[in-house]
Amino acid sequence: MKLSPTLSSYLQVAPMALVLLLFFGVPLLVVIAFSFFDFDGISTVPAFVWTNYQELFASKVTLSLYFQTVYFAVIVWAITLVIGFAVAYFLVFHVRNIIWQMALFLLCTVPFWTSNIIRMISWIPFLGRNGIFNEALLKAGLIQEPLEFLLFSDFAVIVAYVHLFTLFMIVPIFNSMARIDRAIIEAAVDAGSSRARIIWDIVIPLSKTGIALGSIFVITLVMGDFFVVKVMSGSHTASVASAMMNQIAMVQYPPAAASAVILLIIVGLMVAAILRIVDVRKELVR
Amino acid sequence: MAGAGAGHKEYGKRPWTFYALAAFFTLFVLFLYGPMSAIYILSFQGPTGGLTFPMQGASLHWFTALFEQQRTGDFAGAFTRSITLALIVLSLTVAFSVLAGLGFRRRFPGASLVFYLAVASLIMPGILVGLGVGLTFQLFEVQTRWYLSALGAQLTWTLPFGLLIMFAVLSRFNRAYEEAGRDLGASNWQIFWMVVVPIVVPGIIGVALFGFTLSYDEFPRSLLTAGAQNTLPMEIWAMTTNVTSPALYALGTVTTLVSFVVIALALGSIALIQRRRAQRVLPVEQKAAGSQA
Repeated sequence: MKLSPTLSSYLQVAPMALVLLLFFGVPLLVVIAFSFFDFDGISTVPAFVWTNYQELFASKVTLSLYFQTVYFAVIVWAITLVIGFAVAYFLVFHVRNIIWQMALFLLCTVPFWTSNIIRMISWIPFLGRNGIFNEALLKAGLIQEPLEFLLFSDFAVIVAYVHLFTLFMIVPIFNSMARIDRAIIEAAVDAGSSRARIIWDIVIPLSKTGIALGSIFVITLVMGDFFVVKVMSGSHTASVASAMMNQIAMVQYPPAAASAVILLIIVGLMVAAILRIVDVRKELVR
Repeated sequence: MAGAGAGHKEYGKRPWTFYALAAFFTLFVLFLYGPMSAIYILSFQGPTGGLTFPMQGASLHWFTALFEQQRTGDFAGAFTRSITLALIVLSLTVAFSVLAGLGFRRRFPGASLVFYLAVASLIMPGILVGLGVGLTFQLFEVQTRWYLSALGAQLTWTLPFGLLIMFAVLSRFNRAYEEAGRDLGASNWQIFWMVVVPIVVPGIIGVALFGFTLSYDEFPRSLLTAGAQNTLPMEIWAMTTNVTSPALYALGTVTTLVSFVVIALALGSIALIQRRRAQRVLPVEQKAAGSQA
């Protein structure tokens, strides 16, 4: 039996498409449906009402939650971008031996394949009141009292985010930088260009798809986080997703679904904004 | 030697930026691994030791404490479920992404739709996937179970990763090999198993590594979908709020050890395959060079 090429492509793609439809497409629609269900404080009744959204927008907490979450996202994005760019630049343009380059690249990516929760927890003995960092500073005589702001604070949340998510910036930037044709840079050097101008006029424009992909990863990860912010702030700070988790814990599904839909729209707009600046499709489909 | 080096720009003296960036890179690696290694050391804390340094002697006390069920929950059960689930996710991710990768090599109507579905699924915050799958199961009155709802939720994250890796692998794949097979009279099935798979096998191992580790450590997508029987990340999560002893670190050390073994197996086998290939190519080249001389 001979299948037509289109039919065999469909059969080959079908298993993946089916899983994505069943466990991503349908659930998305169900969340939207739930956000319109009627909720009287105890039970959920299938209906079509706007009350969940009205309550969400009427609440003063909503805006401050979004402000807090976007604040984390912007700071973490800026830090991971600087680190990611510097690390990728070092690996691609300064490490000359290909074996060393791969080894150091793997060194940066191995933590990606280990547990996020464990990596987050590992900051607790480090930053605590009697933690390694405070002890070291005390011993060095730099401080008299242990620093209190290190753990269970916004600072700790940002440190953990940067620790967890910088890899998502390094890998795409590394990939697009590695594809830059060295002849272009040599031409610039021969034409007397300075190092700074080479970075600004050649390296950054040619690695912008990597930067955009990394930015999308980091921003969506921070915007959707609920557990780092909870543990590392000692429950002092909340994010949109952690507030949503609290509603879920109290079985308030329709309000939680409404806040999920709004979060999704905001994240979608942020991703769309990045895609408007940089067209990453060409890069991905290649 | 020195003269030859000076003439060649690429091998000239290293600029100061090299040293600055090398120092930055070293600090970054320390930042990446420093805290993690602290908890591995602390998991060997003596029985009277606490959550931070100094060490009160060294023991395996906290590792044995893990297996006392009433203290830390059903650790052994969660561990088994996590490994089983990760192996299922690995198999399905490899099978479905290799197939889809091959399918995407031809243009077909709806290709970009499936592609965007995969990308959207990749960047969707995990907890929203978990919430969606959880609510869907509730709506259709099906019990959430780790091998059903959690499996599906995790696949929405591992499949797009697998697909993107397969794109990268197959874009470097030379179709002339397949045509050579066809010219020699091989069936589609034979071409797939005897030509395509052996060539792309390092990429497939990469997909398997992603499938296993992403599933094994997945928390946000599993939290609302695993049902009554937990997997390991949820066990750890419960411990972060209940357990204030180094048993938490012991669990961290055990899980990370499993991850490291899996990573080493995957990277080791990729390296082995590449070396075998290099060796197999080399004699031919040498022979060719010899006959020319």
